[in-house]
Amino acid sequence: MSTSIHVELWQVATSLVLVALAAAISYWQRADLERDIAVATARSIVQLTLVGYAIKLIFDVDSIWLVLLLLAVMVFFGAITARHRAEKVPGSFGPLLIALALAGASTLGLVVALGIFDPTPRYLVPVGGMVIGNAMTASAVALNRLGDEMADARARIEATLALGATAREAAAPTVRRSLRSGMITLVDSTKTTGLIFFPGTMVGMLLAGASPTDAVRLQLILLYTLLGSVSISALVATLLAYRNFFTPAAQLREF
Amino acid sequence: MLFELRNVGLDRGGRAVLDRFSAGIPAGATAIVGPSGAGKSTLLRLLNRLADPDRGGISYRGRPLGAYEPLALRREVSLVPQLPALLEGTVETNLRYAAELAAEAPAVEQTLARAGLDRSFAGRDVTKLSVGEQQRAMLARALAQRPAVLLLDEPTSALDHAARDAVEATLAELRRESDLSIVLVSHDPEQARRLGDRVLEMPA
Repeated sequence: MSTSIHVELWQVATSLVLVALAAAISYWQRADLERDIAVATARSIVQLTLVGYAIKLIFDVDSIWLVLLLLAVMVFFGAITARHRAEKVPGSFGPLLIALALAGASTLGLVVALGIFDPTPRYLVPVGGMVIGNAMTASAVALNRLGDEMADARARIEATLALGATAREAAAPTVRRSLRSGMITLVDSTKTTGLIFFPGTMVGMLLAGASPTDAVRLQLILLYTLLGSVSISALVATLLAYRNFFTPAAQLREF
Repeated sequence: MLFELRNVGLDRGGRAVLDRFSAGIPAGATAIVGPSGAGKSTLLRLLNRLADPDRGGISYRGRPLGAYEPLALRREVSLVPQLPALLEGTVETNLRYAAELAAEAPAVEQTLARAGLDRSFAGRDVTKLSVGEQQRAMLARALAQRPAVLLLDEPTSALDHAARDAVEATLAELRRESDLSIVLVSHDPEQARRLGDRVLEMPA
């Protein structure tokens, strides 16, 4: 995988033609997204450029501590972002932070320990970013669902508590459904991968001139790593967050 | 005295749902009546600790309610909520679930009979029952735990006349059981008189 390609600035600039096309469609059909498209384009240029320099710096310094710091920052901002999707869950930040940290640490730790990837910035930074990003989406979806389900199932949960069930027993069906919804998107996209869409890593590698065999193999490793991280984060987030709906005396809080 | 309430108060959303309420509830069948918003349902929730009062004290058989382990208390003082909320599955699944929680033998047929349901109900899917049947399945589920006290929140409010009469007949039967006390909330003073040994009125 030592292949590399060089992308000229003029190529990037020319691709903005397609942004203009998107803006034109929005204007023509009054979708009222021109402003958002402009903001999104500007942000993508600034954010990716900054990240590019940050990654270049991390690669140059080649320190594992700097990589861990970057991953920790990703976990922190991932938890903050996911919290907005989990507004109906009281105290969701703590569970999300722990879920993302555990998902990132355990999956990255495992792929390194099993010898799949070397513990170098070149692997840990991009793979860590994907792992934490997917874990964030999965735990946000799971907690979003948990908040809705707890509200919908309030009567059933209280009726179950009234029988002397523990909070865990009363919330079990709700927790199960929330976990499922956090995991299902990636499971489904793993099923259709290659048929309906080409995943990003594979596309990137093919463009960069890697052999299709290598591209497929790396993509498979990443998909399986993501499945692991998504399951861990959705599980940890729901199992920690559902408790916040209950008092220590197994009463359903007002929320 | 089964329950004693002293100056009990509870607030929700900055409003007192229950304020300085005192009463004694002896063993037997007690019907609680009062206008809507008087805090009748809240009172039942306090008695099996689905909620705790903000002020005042409640005791059960002479001991403060807070001294009981809440899960064990709820198996002994069983609440049947106003609206049925069964677990997915059959009536039998629900009965067995409740019996298991209380470490009781799941005497399904016998329990169904106590709730006025015949044994064909055991295998029926709860989503295919009428509201009246679900209400009785809820009653059967509570009875499966062999509670000492049954708290019933408006047990017939969602039912038509025929279904209401059937539930009332069942409750009249249960009232005769000497080891079971009933605390029943109703908005209907006539029903309270029919089903209670005594009637407790809650102020508006």
